[in-house]
Amino acid sequence: MAGLGGGPAAFGRCTHAVVRALPESLCRQALRTAPGPEVDFARAEREHQLYVGVLKSKLGLQVLELPADESLPDCVFVEDAAVVCEETALLTRPGAPSRRKEVEAMKRVLEGLNLNMIEMVDENATLDGGDVLFTGREFFVGLSRRTNQRGAEILADTFKDYAVSTVPVHDSLHLKSFCSMAGPNLIAIGSSEAAQKALKTMQQMSDHRYDKLTVPDDAAANCIYLNVPSKGHVLLHRAPEEYPESAKVFEKLKDHMLIPIATTELEKVDGALTCCSVLINKTSEL
Amino acid sequence: MMTEVGSETEVKKDSEQAGADKAKDKPEEASDTPENQKSRKAFSEEALDSSSVPVPTSQSSPSSQKKEKDSSESKGISRFLPPWLKKQKSYTLAEPKDEAKKKAVGEDQVIEESECQLPEEVAQPKKSLEEAATENQHNAKADEKEEKHSVSSAETQPAKEDGKEMEVEKVAEEKEEKQVEKEKRETKEVQTGEIKTENIPQKSPKKIKTVQCKVMLLDGTEYSCDLEKRAKGQMLFDRVCEHLNLLEKDYFGLLFYENSDQKNWLDPSKEIKRQIRSLPWLFTFNVKFYPPDPSQLTEDITRYFLCLQLRQDIASGRLPCSFVTHALLGSYTLQAELGDHDPEEHHSDYISEFQFAPSQTQEMEEKVVELHRTHRGLTPAQADSQFLESAKRLSMYGVDLHHAKDSEGVDIMLGVCANGLLIYKDRLRINRFAWPKILKISYKRSNFYIKVRPAELEQFESTIGFKLPNHRAAKRLWKVCVEHHTFFRLISPEQPPKAKFLTLGSKFRYSGRTQAQTRQASNLIDRPAPYFERTSSKRVSRSLDGAPIGISDQSLLRDFPTAQGGPAGDKVIDIEGVGQDKLKEGSREENGSPVKTPQLELIQDGKNNSLRVDGENIYVRHSNLMLEDLDKTQDDLLKHQASINELKRNFMESTPEPRPNEWEKRRITPLSLQTHGRHGSRAEGPCTGVSDADKSSHETLDIVEEKKQAEVGREETVVIDETNKGKMQVATDAGETCKVEHLSKKDSSSLPSDSSSSSSSESEDEVGEYQPHHRAIEEVIREEQEEEEDTNRKREHQEKIMQHVEATTEGSKLNVPVERTAQVTAEALVQENAVTIATEEKNFSEDMKQDLGEEKEEEQLRLNGDVSHVDIDVAPQIICCSEPPVVKTEMVTISDAAQRTEISTKEVPIVQTETKTITYESPQFDGSTGGNAGVLLSAQTITSESISTTTTTHITKMVKGGVSETRIEKRIVITGDADIDHDEALAQAIKEAKEQHPDMSVTRVVVHKETELAEEDEE
Repeated sequence: MAGLGGGPAAFGRCTHAVVRALPESLCRQALRTAPGPEVDFARAEREHQLYVGVLKSKLGLQVLELPADESLPDCVFVEDAAVVCEETALLTRPGAPSRRKEVEAMKRVLEGLNLNMIEMVDENATLDGGDVLFTGREFFVGLSRRTNQRGAEILADTFKDYAVSTVPVHDSLHLKSFCSMAGPNLIAIGSSEAAQKALKTMQQMSDHRYDKLTVPDDAAANCIYLNVPSKGHVLLHRAPEEYPESAKVFEKLKDHMLIPIATTELEKVDGALTCCSVLINKTSEL
Repeated sequence: MMTEVGSETEVKKDSEQAGADKAKDKPEEASDTPENQKSRKAFSEEALDSSSVPVPTSQSSPSSQKKEKDSSESKGISRFLPPWLKKQKSYTLAEPKDEAKKKAVGEDQVIEESECQLPEEVAQPKKSLEEAATENQHNAKADEKEEKHSVSSAETQPAKEDGKEMEVEKVAEEKEEKQVEKEKRETKEVQTGEIKTENIPQKSPKKIKTVQCKVMLLDGTEYSCDLEKRAKGQMLFDRVCEHLNLLEKDYFGLLFYENSDQKNWLDPSKEIKRQIRSLPWLFTFNVKFYPPDPSQLTEDITRYFLCLQLRQDIASGRLPCSFVTHALLGSYTLQAELGDHDPEEHHSDYISEFQFAPSQTQEMEEKVVELHRTHRGLTPAQADSQFLESAKRLSMYGVDLHHAKDSEGVDIMLGVCANGLLIYKDRLRINRFAWPKILKISYKRSNFYIKVRPAELEQFESTIGFKLPNHRAAKRLWKVCVEHHTFFRLISPEQPPKAKFLTLGSKFRYSGRTQAQTRQASNLIDRPAPYFERTSSKRVSRSLDGAPIGISDQSLLRDFPTAQGGPAGDKVIDIEGVGQDKLKEGSREENGSPVKTPQLELIQDGKNNSLRVDGENIYVRHSNLMLEDLDKTQDDLLKHQASINELKRNFMESTPEPRPNEWEKRRITPLSLQTHGRHGSRAEGPCTGVSDADKSSHETLDIVEEKKQAEVGREETVVIDETNKGKMQVATDAGETCKVEHLSKKDSSSLPSDSSSSSSSESEDEVGEYQPHHRAIEEVIREEQEEEEDTNRKREHQEKIMQHVEATTEGSKLNVPVERTAQVTAEALVQENAVTIATEEKNFSEDMKQDLGEEKEEEQLRLNGDVSHVDIDVAPQIICCSEPPVVKTEMVTISDAAQRTEISTKEVPIVQTETKTITYESPQFDGSTGGNAGVLLSAQTITSESISTTTTTHITKMVKGGVSETRIEKRIVITGDADIDHDEALAQAIKEAKEQHPDMSVTRVVVHKETELAEEDEE
């Protein structure tokens, strides 16, 4: 499927997923916005394996799994290293200097997919994939501690077909720390003031009107929507054990196949569902 | 008399506009012009006589009156000024103002223009003009009825069109006939709509000068034709569309380039010559409004042209695409132009002749070929449709970008599109203002402002300003916004309640059909799909390289591939009237198409045109409509619109709103990129202040104000405030009602204050300042010298009088006499004479007497009820002078009266006009109240008309700081002869107001008087 050909109808289509194993260094060295309990590595691994298992077995995606790199404690969060939209991939320049090398492995794997590759080489630019929300119609880029204007500009240059609007993000690590797409036209959004404000900004900036799904917990607003041919709307969301109230909200989505996935350990280091994979829809030959 | 006056004013206005915009080819206009001029003279003479006008009620106050002559005015002022004044202005201004277009005025404008031009062009001898003058007067009468101006006239026109001689005859016949004017108007409308047949009637025996026009078409070919030198844009556009066999033409337009990259849309309703000035007659046919959903276009040929445009846009980089999209769109292009991929015929290099992207790589070409193969079986039309389906999703599809800076000087881009205004910084969208969110659009000098509806949690509207590279850029942007909003958001172009609006500043409004209308019209297209040959994009693409104008590469030109084939028969069938050309030029009657067809078309167009609202640079959207949810159905919108129109109509007739003040205050708020809205409290606009008087082109006026102005003739407005302390000001405005007083705001400066001085050089010089506080206090009287001398002179037409009484609560708004500097147009001589008030008052009273007398009853009717008492004691009155932009003015203190005399410009030798504006305001005028803080409880407007008077009463109830305040603003327009004693009438009116509303106090009286002096010769 080329360019805009797919349109919103194809939103959520996905054939491949790139994931990366978590290094043990994550427990102590991973960046975190706030101090907190130590990560239970074993449990984190189990959760991650479940996550990968869902993508691979349950949803039938081709999962490209990168090995962990102990020198890159945050490497499990592959989302930040690349933004892939349709046939084009933008290799980012993560805002945290310690994470810049994560991109190398990502580059290699994406090259194997024969995508149009764009590298962010500008040393003044930073961009974390976690700040990039693609709605199927346009991009929103959070301007956060990790992502700056220049990074957003390069994103806009890379994906010229789409409008790229900037959204200030102050209280969270990433834009997608409190929102994500829960459907083709549906934005899941947290209830915090910051989240609501960001949503308003996005609504104003967009020519399109999105539906919104407001969940009580910001972290729970980060979910993964997939359009799987055999299963229809699929939504990976945080488990009821973690966010019971938010889970109830998701459960009201009758048309979605709901798959709760716990991410309790990675959340301690600001991890969320979308952080752990790069989803790719490869329609042409491969 | 009223009729006469009104009509004349209109005519003049028209002429003004016309003069500015296009005087050229319309024979009718030319013929009319003489008449108009005469009428003008008559007016001016009268005006002179009446010039000195004592204000009855306000006499007690030592108010000084200034008399000014406004030959030239800033746009702001011009609103208030009578049309002829405006006209003069236009003269002085070497440049035509694009802004000035009133469709309603339509014909009149044309006529005026012709007049104006006449001197320049030497087209017609004065004699003819004089003769015509009489006719004009008659016409003028007819004009007043303009409201009625119906389509009917259109019929007559076609006939006229045929022969110039015919025109002359017509004129003679039509004298005294109101119909004439109507017809004229109709014709004008028609013109705007599609073809302008008006041109046909020409008095002047001159031979028509023709100019060769070249138009670059989307397929890379060049179309050339000869046009009358004075042809309007519509004529050329229609010719081009005819050549292209294009019916759904409302999406398209003609561009001309000022510099390499400054593109301007040719205004169909204005003369080409006036728009391009000294530029070569070289145009580019382009898509002007990109349909958001091209699949809704009716004809394939229309989609084809859209495709061509988009291919240009893409190849030139104006429409950015990703690699993949370039390839995809390129493949559809190949499919449309070459058909199915044929491995044998299409060798590897066949594709390199095409340009699919600004920079095209081998890889991309391979991808294109690869995709081309997959399109097997698609017809050219299908391929085009697919192309459009993809292209329309591009984020920059249909976005017209303009360079600008935000309030902090940061470079940004403003993108105008179907949905609103987009703000970009380095390709990133940093803000967006959907049309429903924008309350007002304006520009002043090189600043562009949008007033935005308050965000959810915000209480105040905010105004966001942008700095454009220059005035012209600001104006261009403003016009594009106005057009896009109208085209995409409105069901029909704004329709003025009455045809006779006079406005200052830019009167520009989108004159074409809206998308809704064009769709409707497209549904009526009944012709077999026209055959057209798709040209190869190779040529197009090549030429596109670096050539802003489109395809200039002659080598690429081919024979006219497309439209020529269209048989005449088609034309006849066309809804949009193909016949225009024929009508206009006898020479071009190749088509045997019957004249009637054109008429039909014309009529339709005419309606459309009539719909247009005059305005200023400020463009206020159908606020209500905007509120609508985007999701609403068309029907809902229609219904809603109908009600809105009604409201609007009422509103327009009523007194102005307070908004202007707020506007001023907030006008300059900086743009915060991320912020949704701004609070009104923002710093003041840069340009505010008296100092603005310089040349600022400003066009921020409230529509409300405009509307008032629109009402030509005499208006008296009496506002009675129930507020305890409020005092009443009675102001009489001579001539058009200049005063716009905002009920809610006392400080609000009336329009006159806004007056901007327009410089002769360009519209840029126009100053349209809205000066809130000063205004109220100011009193301006404009006269011509002659008036002084000839007080006794008989006035044939007197226009007059707006009495505007505004009651305000206590705070006295400052009495700051404002000094206004008016710019004198280079060509106009302006003299100022100081005159003692006494004399003026005297005259005034005389003038007013009768008028008021007539109106008394009406006034009473109006006042009944709410207001019980009016205090006219306004002892201390503050008089301020507001000067019209172009006229020199003196500073006036309260006790001073200044009289200004202006010698009419040489250019406008024949017409003398006079305008006086006197404002009396009680010192107690409430300025302290927090501006608009009040909450509007209710507003009511009542309008009544009699033969010679029109009375509009606007009652507003507000709560300010716990005090409820009722304001009654009454505007009385008295139209009459010299015989009427206006002073007495005014006195009477005030007295009655007092009696009727004993509880109320009169806080403001504004008398605006417009008089047209007859030519000395005649009299």
